[in-house]
Amino acid sequence: MTAVELPGAVASPHPPDEDLVLDVRDLRMRYGTVDVLHGVDLTARRGEVLALLGPNGAGKTTTIEILEGFRLRSAGSVRVLGVDPGRGDERWRARIGVVLQSWRDHGKWRVRDLLAHLGDFYAPYATDRIPRPWPTDDLLDTVGLTPHAGKRVHQLSGGQRRRLDVAVGIVGRPELLFLDEPTVGFDPAARREFHELVHRLADLDETTILLTTHDLDEAEKLADRILILAGGRIIADGSPDELSRRVAGDAEIRWTRDGERFVHATADATGFLRDLLREHGDRVQELEVRRASLEDAYITLVHEEESGLRAGRAARVWQQGSER
Amino acid sequence: MNPTATAVRAGVRRGVIELRNTFTNAQDLWNYFFPTAVLLVAMFFMRGSTVPGTDFSLGARALPSTIGMGLIFGGLLGLSQQLIVDREDGTLLRAKATPKGMLGYLIGKIVLISAVSLIGVVLQLTPGLFFLDGIRLGDAGAWLTLAWVVPLGLVATLPLGAVIGSLIENPRNMGLVVLPIFGLIALSGIFYPINGLPGWLQGVAQVFPVYWLGLGMRSALLPADLAAVELGGSWRHLETLGVLGAWAVLGLVLAPVVLRRMARRESGSRVAARRERAMQRVG
Repeated sequence: MTAVELPGAVASPHPPDEDLVLDVRDLRMRYGTVDVLHGVDLTARRGEVLALLGPNGAGKTTTIEILEGFRLRSAGSVRVLGVDPGRGDERWRARIGVVLQSWRDHGKWRVRDLLAHLGDFYAPYATDRIPRPWPTDDLLDTVGLTPHAGKRVHQLSGGQRRRLDVAVGIVGRPELLFLDEPTVGFDPAARREFHELVHRLADLDETTILLTTHDLDEAEKLADRILILAGGRIIADGSPDELSRRVAGDAEIRWTRDGERFVHATADATGFLRDLLREHGDRVQELEVRRASLEDAYITLVHEEESGLRAGRAARVWQQGSER
Repeated sequence: MNPTATAVRAGVRRGVIELRNTFTNAQDLWNYFFPTAVLLVAMFFMRGSTVPGTDFSLGARALPSTIGMGLIFGGLLGLSQQLIVDREDGTLLRAKATPKGMLGYLIGKIVLISAVSLIGVVLQLTPGLFFLDGIRLGDAGAWLTLAWVVPLGLVATLPLGAVIGSLIENPRNMGLVVLPIFGLIALSGIFYPINGLPGWLQGVAQVFPVYWLGLGMRSALLPADLAAVELGGSWRHLETLGVLGAWAVLGLVLAPVVLRRMARRESGSRVAARRERAMQRVG
């Protein structure tokens, strides 16, 4: 949480530094004369699941590629598993898993051959705590590809291919896993299985996960903490609930009375309901109260950021708002 | 467990798996067999003509020459094409995301291309023996010469292939490499002796490895007296060693630098951007 940098927040239950898997301060990136990242701050503790949200072009991909060690930053301090990713060696590489959007590789390979082969590279990096690689059959089973183990990769369906990508990402039992829009093209059942897998990795294996998605429902289900990146900086950082609460939106109340449907928006849902029930009692049916959702919060925050950028000043206010 | 040794072993296994994959793929098999078949047919019809100044079959002379040419194709074009394709589909980025993965990848490619090239030699040589006379395979000297010409040819061309494959990003630009190579083949006496060409053209041909690989293979597989109709009237083994060796050194110096630069620039967004472009080409 960015609050860790504020003097007043030191007393909050923050873990000692060795538990910080990601520690990014004032990360800046400039392509030519264009500034893409204007000082990104983010941290992640072991076993935490972070969702990085943001509009297209906000700098999500750039941020992740810098953390993955695939791109050199312009300025700022970045520590990934305690190492500067610009200088990460193979030992560091072995502790990281990457699942990108655009893999189409190894089409002629058989699924089992590929997982066994890539796993071989991780064997020398096994530790007492983390045996590497993940045994092939167990891994196939974990991602639900056992029935397709003998198939060639190009014969897999889109969802199966994606599961293979995830399997390759975790074959080395990474301590930190990057997932770039992991469930695009999944059917609902595959999506749920994938969510279970993410929970399992985070809870049982203490894998830290940084995922990007445009699916806010998914972010809400998976993430312990949500980061919204817009305009080249983190404009919000908190649990899904915290973010929703921060946007002082009206709650929406729907009910039916005598077969007629009503909708009312109010800031004071409790007061309104007390009056409503006192007045109409049992005739109020199908009552529904909907608080501002993560989606509302996201849209509001991003919109404020973007219009703030146009006005040229409000951005700072939101930045501070996110630091509570 | 030593990570480097592990990656080398994994790389060798990778080459073997890719070899199995490629030889069970109809499209790949067609790509290997079709040119070989065309060349064999050409040699079949050339078998009645004679090398000027001798009564030796022109088809039989073409057999070792084209085998040398095949090594160039495999090492240079084969490897560079694979690098370009592997960069486009994300295979290289995958290797980069794996500890010591690039080492394993490269060793796998070297094993694969070398094996495919050697199999290509056998595929071309064996049927040729049935209808072409004068190929000396029973001779220990022939095998001795093959034993250094073929590996040297691969060492001279594989690193160059890696350099070309790293520099060319768009598969469409392969023509920039393929056309000059075809031009060189025409100059290099693969199908017909170049004694009749102007001296400066002979000079150009002798700068490049195609000529020398053709010559080296002829020196291995043709009777000794055929040396008389080569440039300089000899097999010129020392010169062959010198020129191919020089290309090998050049390639081995350049390849790691260029490969490293290429690999450093690989990232997910570059692969995605290439995919976008590829989609536009197809669509």
